[in-house]
Amino acid sequence: MTNSTELLYVISGEDFASAGEASTSFKNELKKLNVSPEVIRRASIAMYEGEINMVIHAYGGTARVTVDDKDIKIVLADNGPGIEDVEKAMQAGYSTATDGIRDLGFGAGMGLPNMKKYSDEMTIETHEGEGTTVTMIVHREPEVS
Amino acid sequence: MTLQDINNLPDFTITCEGDNTLTVTDVFCCDMLSLAMSKGIEHAAWVTVMGGVNTLAVLRLTEMSCIILAEGVKPDDVMKQKALEEGIAVFTTDLSVFRAALKIHEALS
Repeated sequence: MTNSTELLYVISGEDFASAGEASTSFKNELKKLNVSPEVIRRASIAMYEGEINMVIHAYGGTARVTVDDKDIKIVLADNGPGIEDVEKAMQAGYSTATDGIRDLGFGAGMGLPNMKKYSDEMTIETHEGEGTTVTMIVHREPEVS
Repeated sequence: MTLQDINNLPDFTITCEGDNTLTVTDVFCCDMLSLAMSKGIEHAAWVTVMGGVNTLAVLRLTEMSCIILAEGVKPDDVMKQKALEEGIAVFTTDLSVFRAALKIHEALS
């Protein structure tokens, strides 16, 4: 039988003071579940980038996490403006963040590229004016080819 | 070395107390938080000019040992309060990022 743990995080929009709290809590949960340090590192980076994106661009949202014996699945859903050009948004260095956001140390255009880099699978579903759902899967063990 | 050893260095002032016994094994410099998030080195002393609360979040996630604010930068009030609450050590120095990192590097070797 597969063991499965579900976690839900609510992320506030434009609340930079608490940005990163969901990712920190998520990381601590993965430690409790005996996930390997390297997988925790990758999943935490992916989660943090997603959390920050929701704070910056999407008035917040939710992160639903499922951890089972094989995978960590993170579903980030928001009701923000949507991503106008996903292809461009996936390019490292491309960012629509304001100067104010850049002054806080964000907006390097590494958010989505890092999320893709540190997860094993990633899909983006976005609709202009309705929101975006990003699903990321991080495998707990490397795949044997 | 430990945070206490950094505390003993003449150019560094402790602004928020952390666990002085925490180990420092490396030094890391970066101001872009996304980059720091992916490149941060566990147990490193992180030299930066980003004196805001988000720097603390990245430190927690990367498990670096302390923050060193260089170039005379001071933590803003929110960062200071949160660092104190969470026991994260924040040092300040008037040295440049490079000079501050070099001092830590020399102390490590």
